[in-house]
Amino acid sequence: MRRLYPLLLLLLLMPAVPAVRAASPAAAPTVPTSGFTNPREDARYHALLKNLRCLVCQNESLQDSQAGLAKDLRREVRDQMRQGKSNRDIVRYLVARYGDFVLYRPPLMHSTYLLWFGPFIGLLIGIVVLVALVRKRARAPDGEPPPDGARKRLVELLRDREGPKT
Amino acid sequence: MIPEVGQFALMLALGLALVQATLPLLGAWRGVPEWIAVARPAARAQSLFVLLALLCLTYAFLTNDFSVAYVAENSNTALPWFYRIGAVWGAHEGSLLLWASILSVWTLVVTFRSRSLPPDFTARVLGVMGWVSVGFLLFMLIASNPFTRMFPVPLNGRDLNPLLQNPGLVLHPPLLYMGYVGFVVPFAFAISALLDGRLDAAWARWSRPWTTAAWLFLTLGIAVGSWWSYSVLGWGGWWFWDPVENASFMPWLVGTALIHSLAVTDKRGAFKSWTVLLAIFAFSLSLLGTFLVRSGVLVSVHAFATDPRRGIFILMFLAVVVGLSLLLYAWRAPTVKGGGNFHVLSRETLLLVNNVLLISAAFAVLLGTLYPLILEGMAVGKISVGPPYFNTVFVPLTLPIVFLAAIGAGVRWKQQKLRPLLRYLWPPFVVCLAAGIGFSIWYTGEVRALVIVAVVSAFWVMLLSARDIWGRIRRNLAGANRWYRVPRHVLGMTLAHFGLGVFVLGVTLAGTGSMEKDVNMAPGDSVSLAGYTFRFEGVTKLRGPNYTATQGAVSVSRDGHRVALLHPQKRVYIVQTSPMTEAGIQSGLFRDLYVSLGDPTGGGAWAMRIYYKPMVRWIWLGALFMALGGLVAALDRRYRLTVARGAAPAPRTPVPPAHPVPVSPGNP
Repeated sequence: MRRLYPLLLLLLLMPAVPAVRAASPAAAPTVPTSGFTNPREDARYHALLKNLRCLVCQNESLQDSQAGLAKDLRREVRDQMRQGKSNRDIVRYLVARYGDFVLYRPPLMHSTYLLWFGPFIGLLIGIVVLVALVRKRARAPDGEPPPDGARKRLVELLRDREGPKT
Repeated sequence: MIPEVGQFALMLALGLALVQATLPLLGAWRGVPEWIAVARPAARAQSLFVLLALLCLTYAFLTNDFSVAYVAENSNTALPWFYRIGAVWGAHEGSLLLWASILSVWTLVVTFRSRSLPPDFTARVLGVMGWVSVGFLLFMLIASNPFTRMFPVPLNGRDLNPLLQNPGLVLHPPLLYMGYVGFVVPFAFAISALLDGRLDAAWARWSRPWTTAAWLFLTLGIAVGSWWSYSVLGWGGWWFWDPVENASFMPWLVGTALIHSLAVTDKRGAFKSWTVLLAIFAFSLSLLGTFLVRSGVLVSVHAFATDPRRGIFILMFLAVVVGLSLLLYAWRAPTVKGGGNFHVLSRETLLLVNNVLLISAAFAVLLGTLYPLILEGMAVGKISVGPPYFNTVFVPLTLPIVFLAAIGAGVRWKQQKLRPLLRYLWPPFVVCLAAGIGFSIWYTGEVRALVIVAVVSAFWVMLLSARDIWGRIRRNLAGANRWYRVPRHVLGMTLAHFGLGVFVLGVTLAGTGSMEKDVNMAPGDSVSLAGYTFRFEGVTKLRGPNYTATQGAVSVSRDGHRVALLHPQKRVYIVQTSPMTEAGIQSGLFRDLYVSLGDPTGGGAWAMRIYYKPMVRWIWLGALFMALGGLVAALDRRYRLTVARGAAPAPRTPVPPAHPVPVSPGNP
């Protein structure tokens, strides 16, 4: 097996997957729906839309929604980008008009502390409990599980047809 | 006439469920064998009547019986027959009937596969499942009767929600519910063991195949749902962290934790009370999922049925189930003494770490799903919690699991010496590290830490799983065993871990390598993306059975050779007149080409969204591996037990006690 590793390494390094190529420029006649001919502006536009919520839809982003309001807001975002506004300006404008609901990434504020930190606090509590438990179990005298009847009952109840294990 | 039969069958089922839920439990408590013996026949009869009701509703759909309100609201004479079957569970009332029917299927299976269990234990299990049946049957008869008649009878029905008219509808809900509802079995086992007062290794061993079976269906159900939304919604994604998706994902995460914790309880007798708690949580989260989806508290693409009265019923049911279970737990669990000791470095410790991480991840999903509801309920404000939140919080909690899964399977129970472990791990680790870093940089063309970590972890778990199986086969080849004699639960675990690697690789590479373009195209225009040239050939009009469609033709070529002709559609369903997209996809093992048709933009031009999605199939392939692993593990012979107890029926052919039960710790 060990002799196989260099081979494996080689195999993994040249997979059959086509690599991601740099986007080649679009053929001349096609126009991005955004109207931005600069690919970086176009990408920025779509990245922005993906993190904004269509307010009248059932959980769809501005990027994906076909609703009338979404179309209007897309135009709004486009216009503001043309005026040279930054992402931050545009988002601030939308939040001022529609509230935090428009953001798919909830902002960090008093009411969302629990949301953002809760999972990690949970993890921390879990780790503390885990360390305490493992230390207790590791310190306890070695030996078989206490005879609480469980093992005995298992022997009593089960007759494994499989035979001795590997 | 037939709908009345269905209605009556539901009432009879409720009566039988009440018998199933009371007599056996009382019998097991007071030790009355006659009452205990009621459990199986009552459970079987109850289940058969629920299934009869499902058949009656299906019949009403197939015969276009629009005097049944539910059929009139969700079907149409023009609806193809297979969607009429799917439409049975296409909305609220039918979904609940499907829920109850699948509970019946599980109940039936339990009555047939529990002969080897002590009769009083089986009676308790069926009794607990009976209470769940009572809850759902009552709910149906009180607040969501699928058989309610309607007068005057409409000439035609209002048709099935166009969003649901997809082959996914026939597969996804039944698979998903098999998983969701399947967690009722380990739950019933846990409650019975608590009632019994005997939480032991035997109980854990009995629970294992059931848990794994439910989990594998849930895995498949979620995967099919994800594939469905990918191919229909036209947004090219496979997971949106929609609350309804989360509702099915939380029981999956906790169920996965339960599978691992049960392994410890079975093999080493440890973590008993924790395992019981997980079994309770897994089922409670399934109920919570049902509540979230069915009550309409969520605003999401899936919540197509809304009625607050119903929500309150499920919420109360949920409160009763969770409340009583936790009360029972608080009463009984403290008397449970924990099993064997183990050292800091041991499989027990690693499985505990797995549980801590999985539960934290489930907690993150729970918080993200419920937080907007809670804030809105407290009138604090309205926020959205979407993919950016989950990607930020969930990924760091789960990536370590992928990495540890590979190690955990090779670590011994009880105590593992560090040196041999390191000696075993370092050569593949170096390989994966080098290959992962090299591959990630080559693939993305830049150094991105998260991508590197994910790819290395995926390689790591795939390589170690393959190596583990290879090692076992080689030992068998060298020894007396036949080469393929790998214990099935081990083989299943390894397959599932391998699938996890495939999945993570797919998610990472599809996520970082996807490319898309939103363009306006007139017939004859072409656009290039990722080395492919997409040429728009124009649109044609189509008529489907119950819709009209505009179908685009997009030919895709690479280096002058044509590789695909894609046909994205935009459909308008005749009855509900809502526009629907059907993406044109050419799938391959290493990449998908994906086009979805937008709106016409004048002058024969159309807005179009074009995607190049590498490795996206690996996401579902990984899930398939996991489910296959679950299947193999659930079928392990070690779970098929015989009872050597006086109360059990005598075995027909006396089996000589040839082998002592292998209970010595440290067994792989």
